[in-house]
Amino acid sequence: MNVDAEAAIRISALNKWYDTFQVLKNIDLDVAVSERIVVCGPSGSGKSTLIRCINRLEEHQEGRILVNGTPLDDSVKNLDAIRRDVGMVFQHFNLFPHLTVKENCALPQILSRGAQRREAEERAMSFLTKVRIPEQAEKYPGQLSGGQQQRVAIARALCMMPKIMLFDEPTSALDPEMVKEVLDTMVALAEDGMTMIVVTHEMGFARKVADRVVFMESGEIVEIGKPDVFFDAPTQVRTQNFLRNIMH
Amino acid sequence: MTVVQANSFTTISTTAAPPKRRRRSFVTLLFGDLTASCLTVLTGFLLLSFVPALNWAIIDATWVTTDPSTCRQGGACWAFILAKFRFIIFGTYPPDEQWRPLLVMALMLLMVLASLSPRLWGMKLLCAWGAVITAMLLLMWGGVMGLSPVPSSAWGGLPVTLLLALLSLGLGFPFAVMLALGRRSILPVPRLLAILTIELVRGLPLVGLLFVASILLPLLLPAGWSIDKLARTLAALTVFAAAYLAEVIRGGLQGVSPGQAEAAKALGIPSWKIIWHIVLPQALQKVIPPLTNTTIVMVKNTSLVLIVGVFDMLSAGRVAATDPQWPAPYVESYIFVAGIYFLICFGISNYSRWLESCVQARSYR
Repeated sequence: MNVDAEAAIRISALNKWYDTFQVLKNIDLDVAVSERIVVCGPSGSGKSTLIRCINRLEEHQEGRILVNGTPLDDSVKNLDAIRRDVGMVFQHFNLFPHLTVKENCALPQILSRGAQRREAEERAMSFLTKVRIPEQAEKYPGQLSGGQQQRVAIARALCMMPKIMLFDEPTSALDPEMVKEVLDTMVALAEDGMTMIVVTHEMGFARKVADRVVFMESGEIVEIGKPDVFFDAPTQVRTQNFLRNIMH
Repeated sequence: MTVVQANSFTTISTTAAPPKRRRRSFVTLLFGDLTASCLTVLTGFLLLSFVPALNWAIIDATWVTTDPSTCRQGGACWAFILAKFRFIIFGTYPPDEQWRPLLVMALMLLMVLASLSPRLWGMKLLCAWGAVITAMLLLMWGGVMGLSPVPSSAWGGLPVTLLLALLSLGLGFPFAVMLALGRRSILPVPRLLAILTIELVRGLPLVGLLFVASILLPLLLPAGWSIDKLARTLAALTVFAAAYLAEVIRGGLQGVSPGQAEAAKALGIPSWKIIWHIVLPQALQKVIPPLTNTTIVMVKNTSLVLIVGVFDMLSAGRVAATDPQWPAPYVESYIFVAGIYFLICFGISNYSRWLESCVQARSYR
């Protein structure tokens, strides 16, 4: 129990299949509190599936996942507790288009933890200020640029006061000039000590922020290493090939 | 630590206002100067004298008359509409009590106007509607607060049409939402029940459903039970509306990206709140045009109740024309009733276009 409590996330012997196709093969990964993990790998390697298993947007068939010591199983109570602790940011933002930016951040607090409207809106504004777009609060998501939308999505997740943040390719759907504003927001978050797992192809970000880089291919973790070792002297041939391909 | 400059993406959109497009009004177009006025008058005159229907409806028409039998002399008998106005609008409702249906219609209009803006939609408005509908039915029925009782068989005309349309759509809508959700459910029992209901009701003609409700249903009920005929008719219309609305709403639900529900789940929102607050509003926004379509069809479908003997506005119009004092002015009567239907449906359709433009306004940069 004590060992469990130390790790923010503890994944052991995780296996998952879509029908007969195995997407995750025997994954073991421990993430310490305040640790920043970057997961990379070719598309279809199972990296998104892996982080989506952590808050059960995908169900795994075998293995154990512990989040802050709480096992992720069929218990609804545990799942609720885990989703309270884990925030997620998606590739396509998934903001609620029928709600204003402020409402996007405030309504989830009201619906999922029964917050009072005033307090929810105050918190929404404080996190919108933190991601530097308080002036857009009354607009609708469709009226913002991609980078602004993704920052709102980050603020919305932070409003739930999560202890862990999952990022599923947060900059992949953005125009190049908007990548930086989102990455800067994430860097600021990392500096505040947030536990983060980031699936991304932004190797500059990985090098700068990550405590460890995880390389996945075909549903397996091929290599885990500190960024300087991982990028400068990867041990596995498959990692070397991947890095050669993305670094041009 | 470098962070992005605040406002770096907000300054881009400050461009000059676009030039205003000049719009000429209808009146300036037709009577702008002397030539236009002359042309307009001339064209109007030519149209009137060469198009027989216009001639019939306007030039040769009798507008006022003291002697009904001489009303028709080659033209329309609009005097008849003036004389029978109250009967067509209120049907056989006791003349001394006709202020009650009038008040009901005024209440209805008031509530519809109050409900137009989506900003006001919510629990309070729903409760207000519930209270007003109860009040409307009490007003119509009477028997309370010194109002003389009027059985539903004596109701008629426009209030019946409006009540049937409003209540069948209003009551059908929640059922439709349930059916649509049921049909998409992963649980087999609700799904099968929903599919069965929708397919069965959609597979029957409305006339058939009305007959079942008005003739078969009383036979199936235990002896001594009876349900008001108007209520049975309303039930048939409601079920019919629900089945059609359900499929429209299901179409909308299918159009909402799964990412929406996923994001809501990841935020820890309970599943029924996800449906109510996140998925359903978006689904309905996507299907405003087909919803309008079904609404308009249902308003006009209420006229079918005349075949089971409910006295709606169309029946009133038909019966009014059978008065032997008048020279059987069916056409005039039907045109008048058609005009009222058209105004209602045109209003609904304009309103829906306005709603759509509200939704669209949210996605312009």
